[in-house]
Amino acid sequence: MCCNDKIVYPYIPNSSPKTQREMLDFIGVESIEDLLVDIPQELRINGDMDLPDPCLSEAELYRHMIPILEKNTSVREAISFLGAGCYDHQVPAIVDEIISSGEFLTAYAGEPYEDHGRFQALFEYQSMMAELLDVDVCNVPTYDGAQAAGTALRMASRIVGRGSVILAGAINPDRKKVIETYLDSVLSIRTVGYDSETGLVDMEGLRQKLDKDVAAVYVENPSYLGSIETQGRFIADMSHEAGSLFVVFVDPSSLGVLQPPSRYGADITCGDIQPLGIHMHYGAGGGFIATSDDPAIVEEYPSRLFSLAPTSHGEWGFGDVLWERTSFANRDNAKEFVGTHAALWGIAAGVYLATMGPKGMEELGRGIMQRSLYAKRLLSSLPGVKVDRFKSISFKEFIVDINATGKTIKELNGYLLEKGIFGGKDISSEFPELGQAALYCVTEMVSPEDIETLVEAIRGFLA
Amino acid sequence: MDMKTKLRRFHQASWDEPIIFELSEPGQRGVLIPRVGSKVKDEVGDGISEIPSCVRRTDLPDLPEMGQFQVLRHFNHLAQENLGADYNVDIGQGTCTMKYSPKVNEAFVSNHKMADIHPCQEESTVQGALEIMYRLGECFREICGLDCFSLQPGGGSHGALAMASVVRAYFKGKGEDRDEVITTFFSHPADAAVPIVKGFKVVVLPPDEEGLPDLEAFKAALSERTAAIFFTNPEDTGIYNSRIREFTGLARSVGALCCYDQANANGLLGIARAKEADFDLSFFNLHKTFSSPHGCGGPATGLVAAREYLRDYLPAPLVIKTGNSYSLDWDLPKSCGKVKSFYGTLPAIVRAYAWIRTLGADGLKEASMVAVLNNNYVMKKLLAIKGCSMAYPHHRARVEQVRYSWERMKEETGFGTGDVQRRIADFGTHYWSSHEPWVIPEPFTIEPCESYSKADLDEYCAILERISYECYNEPEIVKSAPNSSTIHHVDHDVLDDPERWAITWRSYRKKYDGYFKKK
Amino acid sequence: MIKIGLIVNPIAGMGGAVALKGTDGEYLDRARAMGAVPKCHERVASALSVLKDQDMRWITCSGPMGGDILRDLGFPHRALPGFGASTTGSDTVTAAEAMLKEDVDLLVFAGGDGTARDVASVVGQRLTVLGIPAGVKIHSAVFAKTPKLAGYAIREYVEGVRRETRPAEVMDIDEDLFRMGQVSARLFGYMNVPVSSRSMQAKKSGRHIDSSKVRLEEVAASVADLMERGTLYLLGSGSTVTAVSARLVMDGTLLGVDAVLDGCLVGKDLCERGLLDLIDRHDGDIKIVVSPIGGQGFIFGRGNQQFSPAVIRAVGKENIVVMATQDKMDDLFGRPLLVDTGDERLDEELCGYVSVFVGWNRKVMWFLSDS
Repeated sequence: MCCNDKIVYPYIPNSSPKTQREMLDFIGVESIEDLLVDIPQELRINGDMDLPDPCLSEAELYRHMIPILEKNTSVREAISFLGAGCYDHQVPAIVDEIISSGEFLTAYAGEPYEDHGRFQALFEYQSMMAELLDVDVCNVPTYDGAQAAGTALRMASRIVGRGSVILAGAINPDRKKVIETYLDSVLSIRTVGYDSETGLVDMEGLRQKLDKDVAAVYVENPSYLGSIETQGRFIADMSHEAGSLFVVFVDPSSLGVLQPPSRYGADITCGDIQPLGIHMHYGAGGGFIATSDDPAIVEEYPSRLFSLAPTSHGEWGFGDVLWERTSFANRDNAKEFVGTHAALWGIAAGVYLATMGPKGMEELGRGIMQRSLYAKRLLSSLPGVKVDRFKSISFKEFIVDINATGKTIKELNGYLLEKGIFGGKDISSEFPELGQAALYCVTEMVSPEDIETLVEAIRGFLA
Repeated sequence: MDMKTKLRRFHQASWDEPIIFELSEPGQRGVLIPRVGSKVKDEVGDGISEIPSCVRRTDLPDLPEMGQFQVLRHFNHLAQENLGADYNVDIGQGTCTMKYSPKVNEAFVSNHKMADIHPCQEESTVQGALEIMYRLGECFREICGLDCFSLQPGGGSHGALAMASVVRAYFKGKGEDRDEVITTFFSHPADAAVPIVKGFKVVVLPPDEEGLPDLEAFKAALSERTAAIFFTNPEDTGIYNSRIREFTGLARSVGALCCYDQANANGLLGIARAKEADFDLSFFNLHKTFSSPHGCGGPATGLVAAREYLRDYLPAPLVIKTGNSYSLDWDLPKSCGKVKSFYGTLPAIVRAYAWIRTLGADGLKEASMVAVLNNNYVMKKLLAIKGCSMAYPHHRARVEQVRYSWERMKEETGFGTGDVQRRIADFGTHYWSSHEPWVIPEPFTIEPCESYSKADLDEYCAILERISYECYNEPEIVKSAPNSSTIHHVDHDVLDDPERWAITWRSYRKKYDGYFKKK
Repeated sequence: MIKIGLIVNPIAGMGGAVALKGTDGEYLDRARAMGAVPKCHERVASALSVLKDQDMRWITCSGPMGGDILRDLGFPHRALPGFGASTTGSDTVTAAEAMLKEDVDLLVFAGGDGTARDVASVVGQRLTVLGIPAGVKIHSAVFAKTPKLAGYAIREYVEGVRRETRPAEVMDIDEDLFRMGQVSARLFGYMNVPVSSRSMQAKKSGRHIDSSKVRLEEVAASVADLMERGTLYLLGSGSTVTAVSARLVMDGTLLGVDAVLDGCLVGKDLCERGLLDLIDRHDGDIKIVVSPIGGQGFIFGRGNQQFSPAVIRAVGKENIVVMATQDKMDDLFGRPLLVDTGDERLDEELCGYVSVFVGWNRKVMWFLSDS
């Protein structure tokens, strides 16, 4: 190939042969190959990588990518009742606008001077989360809520100096797998089930397993199966009496109408931030950990915590609190490690909370409660369909039980899909004791008409 | 001195922006929530009365109350006070590969077909997402030469955690209780930190006179207790360890697994791979080498690659292809478990895939070749600057980055890498003082990846040359720096003190009355 | 305003120029007779010349012990009266007592190991100190590497960049033996010196935790965790190894060698004889735990001569546990650990790679060499 035919890549300015020649002359070598002298031939790839032909122009790339994207059906094109740890909520357009700005999107780890905006935006995120959660300390986001839960439990173990934790109640099974990975080889896990009547934590089981080896009792509220846990205060008291900490995983979208866990005795609150203005992206994540301002607890955070600090000119300055905790400053002496996590989604959640304001969060919670009550009421009118499997109040998720119909959730969901409805998540294999049951989720994105459409569809399925 | 290159008279935006709570105007709204309508209200009431009083929140959270335009303006001000890679010659954050993230890829990520899909949807409705995940793995089969891929980890350290978890699961499966991991001094700090999180003991190898991991020390460290080696190559010195196969061979001979930290693989695409160097596991940061933007520190992906015989130990599920359809394979009974909810960070995966597809095999190799060219060009320019040197100078050619030192300048002027870091903000760019430990005195690591033009590189080098000149001749301007930033000198003492730090606005108001006046 | 004390030993370093290795006792007169001139003045001036405009207040001794230099440099200062032209170690002691009474923020002294020892005998770890190297013998870790670097360290201290301290060894070397080519070093004690945080991060963030203390505790915990029942542990001298005793809730001897069995202290401040007796009587494994002492990386032969060749041979090379804080190993970067047991054959046998505990579950491989 003549050198005139060489592709000059738009993303690689110095792929231009003319520039390369100038630079090579400056360095004093003949070719770039001369700069790779330390990489012996036997370690080289034999020949070229066998990759598909490139889509060199943007038009070709679109032509390749769009048909693949088109194979997905988004929740915008269907009526979705899926939840189980990832939620379709309204994402205000300004959230997307702000986090797609090059200033935030393409920044990384500058100093508090030239990257002042990042520090302030994340400090504000921490501060607004703290208001929602009624605590004084919240971290820069973790990978996701599952990591936040695993990390919170390891923090608890270091604070209390004990080696076991109790996971109590109906726990999200996907999240539990992550917690197990985080605790593996370091802490042992005991589990306590849920009360089959209420769906809430089995208090008697908890009493039996709670002893002096337990660093923390972990509860999800609302539980995976949807119940609002009302025994928080009792669990907190029991835990504290045993010298353990109380860790609660909470859905932040509920906190306009539900008490934040700190008010019923949680020592550490954790959760996903995805419900706060972040697109689902097939389950991409972002998590938080929040506590009181007790230095003994703050020292155990393995994440970054930004603080306000004064400047010589009376401006708002920022910096990292207790940097020495982290592995970057302390390598492996640190308890866990800090790396690239999900900072941009922290900024997104901050914009969301500022946009929603106190009334927005309250209306969100109220509207979800109304919708889920409405959905339950209509669904319970269907023959053989039960929505009151548990004698407790639910928030945005609840169990739809079709055991009495003799049909399976798999069949039902297949039927609904044909009608353009994503039925609730099939949990018949996760919780076999519930038989043919699905976990339905109703957010503010589901309209009353959508609910009516669902009910009519199920009626048709059962007919 | 380079007098031709124009240095900018930069000033960072300085909006004197209040903390958002100070902007609150009670009663205002930034967004409205879809209403339920009177029919539903009549049917079920206000909804919240149903909530038992012991768990019902009756007060409103004390969030700011603002109109939408006001929220937008506030965050736009903060954005302007932030220096993204889109705005500067961002080659001073060495090891981080601050490359251009092509704008065309944002269209794919923000499309509702990617942004608004739920992880529990029927597989038939997410074939596009699964196809991209699968095809990305196929590309990596060529890029690193290994066989199976997990896209679950949410960042580089997370990728290392997944590798450490696989190592644990593998030896557990074999019934061996090996508990040591060997890494090197100049490997990324996470390579030492992460295995300890998984309960391993870590042994660190010092560099030899060549700046490479000391082979004799390695032989002394290896034993039947060694579970794995966690190596970076090249390390952030930019020196490729040409004897790497001796290391992997020795590790293999005691039954250990060989794990390759390729978080930054930007100098090696199409040139040298994990396979030929005999590694068993490797991870790649899609937000470094593969162009997904850093997002102020995530979301991101640390893709893990493994040899076929380790497939069963990877985090479940893996994406498989059967006929023309794609699905999630959960059937990995020996799996190390999950490291993240669901399946991975789709935006980073989509961007990386689009970037690989638009460049192809030749383009990927060109990216690495140019990264190497740029690095050696910058190296020659920087070493001509007074007070600047590099570690292990007899290695004349480097791969994609170099760890330099201002040791001489520190001795001659008292100004070191921290001072340069403060001053460079005045020229509108970044500079980072290298990973710990600072055994190379006053270090800095420059990684001029392929995204930067020759003129860009000249500008950055001229800035450092100018700062060196100032350190030797105009110390006052260095001392007072940054002089053109958003804010002035931050007093860091409060960050040491539990009585005075303020991690949230409410905590600030509890501790202070007026501007940092202790209550 | 920062209050800095300055004590200069004006005759320090005179012996070196005429190959006398120190100016203790009668050797000072010999040094003078051989034409040695005071170099100390120059060195102090070189260190302090990098200071300018900093907000600080100097307190020093009159005459050649500091006042003259500060006057020549034009530094405003207050000179404590009563110090004459001809000085001895007792003047250093008197000056140090005065500085302690003045409660200076930072005490700068110029001299060698002898001067450091005199200062340490008074201030111990009660003040932050920094040595400007000006003597012949510089084995103590309280000195900056060069006078210039001492000056920068003072500047950074005043500017608030370098305020964290860590204990550094004061070594005491017998000058008579040193002159005969033998080094017989004793660990005299510790003084607190300012350390530059190696990272810029420390500047832009908080360090509520005393990180050097945390690191010391972690390495001590890691070693203590590995201790086994039935094994006799001989714990060497120095603050690092003593942290292991502290971890075991024992009152260990900072400057001496202790013995521990099954979590109990079975010997304190043992001499060679005492160690050999214990070794003889013990039926089971025996391990020696040592840490590099001083700035040069000796693990045997400096400050722990109790571990004689006989003791080391009796315990065996494979039973030597080496521990250090990461800071100390970083300072040693590029240089080997050293042994100087006085038995060349043994020194040779000990050479090779050793693993050094440096943190929680973390070791680093290091080369051990005979000096």
